[in-house]
Amino acid sequence: MTRRRILLSVLALIIAVGGTLAFKMFRPAPTGTDFARTRATANGLYTVAIAPEKEPFVRDALHSWIVTVKNKTGSPVEKATIDVGGGMPQHGHGLPTAPKMTAELGQGRYRVEGVKFSMFGWWEFSFAIKAPPGNDTVVFNLKL
Amino acid sequence: MMLKVSTALVRSSMVALVALMMGACDRSPLTTEESAVVATLALGALPALPSDPSNIYADNKDVAAFGKKLFGDTRLSLNGKVACATCHLPERQFQDDKPLAVAVGTGVRRTMPLAGVAWGPWFFWDGRKDSQWSQALGPLEDQVEHGSDRTTLVFTIATHYRQTYETLFGPLTDLPAVAVAASPVGTIAARRAWDALTPAERTAINRGFANIGKAIAAHGRTLKPEMTRFDRFAASHAQGNSAPDNARFTQQEIAGLKLFLGKGSCTNCHSGPRLTDDHFHNTGMPAVPGLPPDGGRATVLKAIGADPFNCLGAFSDATPDQCGELRFMSQDRHALTRAYKPPSLRRVSSRPPYMHAGQFPTLDAVIAHYASAPRAPAGHSELKPLDLSDQDRQALVAFLKTLEP
Repeated sequence: MTRRRILLSVLALIIAVGGTLAFKMFRPAPTGTDFARTRATANGLYTVAIAPEKEPFVRDALHSWIVTVKNKTGSPVEKATIDVGGGMPQHGHGLPTAPKMTAELGQGRYRVEGVKFSMFGWWEFSFAIKAPPGNDTVVFNLKL
Repeated sequence: MMLKVSTALVRSSMVALVALMMGACDRSPLTTEESAVVATLALGALPALPSDPSNIYADNKDVAAFGKKLFGDTRLSLNGKVACATCHLPERQFQDDKPLAVAVGTGVRRTMPLAGVAWGPWFFWDGRKDSQWSQALGPLEDQVEHGSDRTTLVFTIATHYRQTYETLFGPLTDLPAVAVAASPVGTIAARRAWDALTPAERTAINRGFANIGKAIAAHGRTLKPEMTRFDRFAASHAQGNSAPDNARFTQQEIAGLKLFLGKGSCTNCHSGPRLTDDHFHNTGMPAVPGLPPDGGRATVLKAIGADPFNCLGAFSDATPDQCGELRFMSQDRHALTRAYKPPSLRRVSSRPPYMHAGQFPTLDAVIAHYASAPRAPAGHSELKPLDLSDQDRQALVAFLKTLEP
């Protein structure tokens, strides 16, 4: 092995170690993670859009989100109940609070209260929707 | 020829690398991302003290002055020898340097320091109280802390502080005709005596008792975190490192800070300017032989909801919509088994021992625990083993020592 190769190997190692440390330090979500705030549910029954009730929201203080549910034809879904979950996949823990759907606002819009994200990083924010068309789930990714 | 080129390449690369590192050190010891996180940990990022809608006296200076007197008054105890300040020593960061608190008896947990706690939503290691005033009531009736009972306490106030109390809170009426040791949570005799009181007497006692807590809490809100060397470093770093000498960090302290932000994953829980995320984590803390089983947060979830002195209770001044932390608190017993609140790390190096039952005598022992990440005695530890060299461990301790004035 030539010195050049040794040098290149050492530099490659430095970059790899540095990259790994940086990755561990501020680990982003896996490449290709979809951070869209409008998504189809797992079985395609609904299209769900989420937005904080007030922008900008304070990450580590309790706040509310508005969840808008539409059916396959784009019509608002009424009389749904929504269970909320989530967590940090890289840390193996759930949400620090237990957010709940507290109001149906009409036009397929629902208020979810009691949300808090206690850390920076990649969070999953999931919703289980029960409504006359059927039960379905959707998981959003948030980068905080 | 190849050898010559390679040698030159090695030399020039090494010189460039060293220059780059030195240049980086001269300009900024931290990356942009690290700098951004440091800014969130500095005291300058501390928001204004949040209001406590459950306590209308929270920011009343006269009530706070009354609370300060109560905080140091040993007459609020069974043996006349214990005050809040017995364990929360003002000259010792409002803690007592002992593994387990010693008052009327010996407790099962370490005394927590108080600076800055008013910013948090939950109180005690397990967060079994949702307000500072409700927290203050717990030790007063705990048999190994003050060992008193709410009825005796309100009579003590009526005897020694009636005028002050009535000026601040209104008349003390509807008390029982004679002083009696009575409480719904005390000894069997105290519970029987409580049952014998009229509903109006019980309400009057509970209201007086709650006001004792509200006064002590108003005092507690005045105990704020101090500026530390780390904060001075962070402030000067944010201004491009034109630092006064006393804000400069040594290379070891910088290395420790980087580990704290990075490989150590410390900021997963010790985040924000108080260096706590105010939530509950199982970090595999060892059980202490001789103490009763301790399930942490999981075992207090029901009690929080049933507490008559919680945010939704009759003695709270809040409306239900102001009780979000209580209404939306996690009930996940599995995740919360042996989960405890991360204490603020501000001034941590000068107040050993560490953890909820004083399990570790030194910061070295704390770091050894986090590096080895042992299985939790119950529940599931969030820790993962860390590969920390002796140098890394010393650097982390050096950084933690910068969290002092």
